[in-house]
Amino acid sequence: MCFHQAVPRDRRSNAINNKELKIGVEMQATAFNILFYFTAAVAVLSSIIMITRYNAVHALLYLIVSSLSMAIIFYLLGAPFAATLEVIIYAGAIMILFVFVVMMLNLGQKAVEQEKLWLQPKVWILPSVLVFALLFVLLGAMQGTGVSQQVNLVSAKQVGITLFGPYLLVVELASFLLLAGLIGAYHIARSPDARAGGTARQHDIDQNVDRVGGNQEQGGQA
Amino acid sequence: MNDIGTSAVQSTWLLNVVNVVAILVFVVGSAAFTTWVERRMLGIWQDRYGPNRVGPFGVLQVLADMIKLLWKEDWVPSFADKFVFVVAPTIAMFVVVAAFAVVPVAPGIGVVDLNVGLLFFLAMTSLGVYAVMFGAYASDNKYALLGGLRAAAQMVSYEVFMGLSLMGVVMLTGTFNLREIVHAQEDGWFFIPQFIGMVIFFIAGIAESHRTPFDLPEAEHELTAGFHTEYSGMKFGMFFIGEYVSVLLTAAMMTVLFFGGWLGPTWGFLAYIPPVFWFLLKAGILVLLMILIRGSLPRPRYDQLMAFGWKAMLPLAMVNLLITAVVVLL
Repeated sequence: MCFHQAVPRDRRSNAINNKELKIGVEMQATAFNILFYFTAAVAVLSSIIMITRYNAVHALLYLIVSSLSMAIIFYLLGAPFAATLEVIIYAGAIMILFVFVVMMLNLGQKAVEQEKLWLQPKVWILPSVLVFALLFVLLGAMQGTGVSQQVNLVSAKQVGITLFGPYLLVVELASFLLLAGLIGAYHIARSPDARAGGTARQHDIDQNVDRVGGNQEQGGQA
Repeated sequence: MNDIGTSAVQSTWLLNVVNVVAILVFVVGSAAFTTWVERRMLGIWQDRYGPNRVGPFGVLQVLADMIKLLWKEDWVPSFADKFVFVVAPTIAMFVVVAAFAVVPVAPGIGVVDLNVGLLFFLAMTSLGVYAVMFGAYASDNKYALLGGLRAAAQMVSYEVFMGLSLMGVVMLTGTFNLREIVHAQEDGWFFIPQFIGMVIFFIAGIAESHRTPFDLPEAEHELTAGFHTEYSGMKFGMFFIGEYVSVLLTAAMMTVLFFGGWLGPTWGFLAYIPPVFWFLLKAGILVLLMILIRGSLPRPRYDQLMAFGWKAMLPLAMVNLLITAVVVLL
């Protein structure tokens, strides 16, 4: 990870000697390539392992590894802000909710057997064909352009300016979607008698009975 | 010329390696040392001695504990998910130590100077939840599972306003780079303009390292030992040391963000004291404060803990953010 960081710093300090600069940049380019291909390989491998696991928690573990390697790829391609957000939001929040749900479901040996039954070899045929088709499309697309070595650093400030400038409408729409999800979750989590249209007052009284201890303590503090 | 160039590259490499190894050893070593400091200080504050038999003042107690842990049978329960069971303590240790990579200890001391250092720290703390959850899941034990669920809910909630409380500092400095944040405090430490932010970060930091009064995930009076009930030997040791590294991390981050990092007084002979001393002094005082809090506060009930987080801390963090934004705009 440090190689990439070192590029601008070296440019500043070594500007006196062009030859050294060239050697430094070449070294960094090779290191960059090695890192990139290594992380990409980890991402692909962990994704493959993820879909072939029978145990849900093991699958999640590989999915987390996959999103972490995606974060490193973002970083290498000059988007450190996106990289950390990938870790904070995908690996650090969404995946945790997945693990949470799987833990609550308490899937045992039975679920593993079920998965084995579902994931027979013949199931893989169609997805594999489709993935190979995609791969050829990707190879064809890469033939023309060639991957550029020029890393264009995108700072957090630039991301913010773009989000709240040209893409403001999309951000607002996404927040609508999240708000809808929040209200939905709140609705589902309400106690059944309140949801059935029963008097809200009765519900409040029930809650007060449940929390008498807590209220007394709070009253004492106040 | 070429020779000098490569040797310069090599020497910076060597310096980096020395930096990495020294900081790693120092962090893990002082985390182990903190276990002794905590027991000793708790003892003194509670009017008893604490560990005082092994070595001078009982300092070697840490070594004795380590030898004990290493010689214990490293037992993996037959009903456990073995793969995940082994991975969990590794994550616990890895994430906190990795987060230390971005902490700028002093000029020239520090592993990496990231432009998104603050976000990297938040990313690593958010990954810390996995250690507890996977440990709890893999143990296949009711107490562990309850502890894991509590830990997950608690850490995810407190993470939200931990991030929000730091954004005030980011607004004032306009950067995520921790070194630049320290330099921005040369005119005045941020704990004065960002007092609310500091308090919220401190509380969230204690909750993230799940220590008393936020140690509901391992509350021994109701959950045996919570998520690490089934762990023994050095695997338990990794959870244990990981917790103390996390305490040090919170103290170090508070020093960097709110107490001017390595900056110290510049008058008289005090200006000649190396900056690293000031950093360690500030962080040490904060660690002692965290130990004092552990010694003096009781545990809340679980629903009180969550209500406190969402109903008190989160609105407070938002208000702090709003006020800071208004001040910065004006």
